[in-house]
Amino acid sequence: MAAAMTMTEKILARRSGRKSAVPGENVWVDVDVLMTHDVCGPGTIGVFEAEFGPNAKVWDAGKVVIIPDHYIFTADSKAHRNIEILRSFVKKHNIRYYYDPDFVRGEGMPQPYADPRTTPYRGVCHVALPQNGHTRPGEVLLGTDSHTCTHGAFGQFATGIGNTDAGFVMGTGKLWLKVPPTMRFRFDGQMPAYLMAKDLILWVIGEIGVDGATYRAMEFAGDAVQALNVEEKMTLCNMAIEAGGKNGIIEPNADVLAYVDRRNQPGHPYEVVRNDAGCAFFADLAWDVAKLEPVVAQPHAPDKRATARQLAGTKIDRAYIGSCTGGKLTDFVAGAKVLAGRTVKVDTFIVPATTEVDIALDTTKHAGKSLRRIFADAGCKIGPASCAACLGGPVDTFGRMNAPLVCISTTNRNFPGRMGHKDSAVYLASR
Amino acid sequence: MQDVIQGLAYVVGDDVDTDQIIPAEYLVLNPGDPAERKQFGRFALVGVPPAGAGLPTGSIPFVDQADPKNTASRFSVVIGGSNFGCGSSREHAPLALAEAGVRAVVAESYARIFYRNSVNGGYLVPLEAAAKLNDQVRTGDEVEIRISENLLIDKTTGKRFTLQPLGDVLPIVAAGGVFAYAKQTGMLK
Repeated sequence: MAAAMTMTEKILARRSGRKSAVPGENVWVDVDVLMTHDVCGPGTIGVFEAEFGPNAKVWDAGKVVIIPDHYIFTADSKAHRNIEILRSFVKKHNIRYYYDPDFVRGEGMPQPYADPRTTPYRGVCHVALPQNGHTRPGEVLLGTDSHTCTHGAFGQFATGIGNTDAGFVMGTGKLWLKVPPTMRFRFDGQMPAYLMAKDLILWVIGEIGVDGATYRAMEFAGDAVQALNVEEKMTLCNMAIEAGGKNGIIEPNADVLAYVDRRNQPGHPYEVVRNDAGCAFFADLAWDVAKLEPVVAQPHAPDKRATARQLAGTKIDRAYIGSCTGGKLTDFVAGAKVLAGRTVKVDTFIVPATTEVDIALDTTKHAGKSLRRIFADAGCKIGPASCAACLGGPVDTFGRMNAPLVCISTTNRNFPGRMGHKDSAVYLASR
Repeated sequence: MQDVIQGLAYVVGDDVDTDQIIPAEYLVLNPGDPAERKQFGRFALVGVPPAGAGLPTGSIPFVDQADPKNTASRFSVVIGGSNFGCGSSREHAPLALAEAGVRAVVAESYARIFYRNSVNGGYLVPLEAAAKLNDQVRTGDEVEIRISENLLIDKTTGKRFTLQPLGDVLPIVAAGGVFAYAKQTGMLK
């Protein structure tokens, strides 16, 4: 009998047609979903066409998801051109799942979608993929974005790859992967109301460092983790890459399976994979959540952890709530609770990750008011769904720091210059 | 794969992330377009804060920005610290370094995706030093890397440093990338 395997090992074994997969082994896996976007899509297409020829076909037009999300609301003509490259590729190859920013037409700054309910555009890939039924337990999902690790929240193996790897997958449906050993991080106890998943993951990164999980799988477990809602589980897995992790993963519970079943695209059955009893972990760490407190990562690395209390009085110039990490409905509900009845003292930017979250800003109420009303009344600037200033981007990007400012942000990275200006500084926090 | 790589060293600190290697504002350029691909060289390492740009002194530009047409660096070996290339999955990072003329990076350790992209894309040889090097080698030193001997020689100072073997990525590096490797092994026709 094969040795007991972790979820990650088991998924890689199954998808490479093997009985077992041992950490350190290189295996050729069959890919279930390949995701790319406007920043890495054109380069990926370039690799694909150069290597397989201009008339080659993608391995499976129903397994490639193309979702522009990064440089959407900019007047940059090359950004517009990149979207055109995606459009013609989608047409040529009959790509089944494509989410077009239909309002990006011609020159200048595009007018945002008039109604988030009617545009085919969806917004940030890592939140849109699950919302639109592309994430399923037991599968292998590869994406040309480092935060692809987010999708481990659905009990699948998901990791970020480059253009060459993505071009290879486009043509073959396969990729070689080194099987990572698993580090398990357990949080038990009753989660206090003042904590969010972001506090837990910043806690972990502060403990093990920005390279503490390099080449490894990061599994999140424990009753406090399983009690989190789906969006919060996504936040935990999303930042696995910030500790160097290859993938984040959480065993799917009934709540997650219900979410998947409600949204799954037709014709995609899946099989749930769980840890074998007695499987081996590279490390197994545990904390009692009741003993933790809200934490912040100081400039300029996600592992520069401090408690929010220790940083009381720190001067900031602006605040930013958005991105695949902190731009989900749960984040805005938490933010609205803080801002209800108050006025912001610094420029505060609100960027829903997806059009679905954008819609929910109107339909979700706190104390009788919609979230959008609360943010508007508090004096926040509210932008359309996209990656926006999380990664700086073109200079006309909404919320981008074009001066040496200090920002507190719900995003994922705070390396020098991440949100724009080279001398700006970012504190990472929840809500 | 060339066994011996010679050139001038450019030294940076720990945790040099992909936003420092190629800031996000330049990612609108399409690496699939030959003219635009060349432009990446100009912006390689432009995001490194001045204090860490060319150690130990700092404030040494990797690519001379005075001539707007310049896309090449006079440095062809980058010496990094721990966790080199952390952050995003953008393949534009090793590509930008290669377009500027970098042929090898020698670091204490790498972030996984940068390492993988360097190898699979065949852009440059990512080597690991057996010990910390970015406080031993100085920017502008003439260095020689002998891959088969796992050796880096600082010809300016005469110091010799041990490198880790490339291990199981060696065949992919030797083939020149994952496509060439897959063809060699019969995975691809």
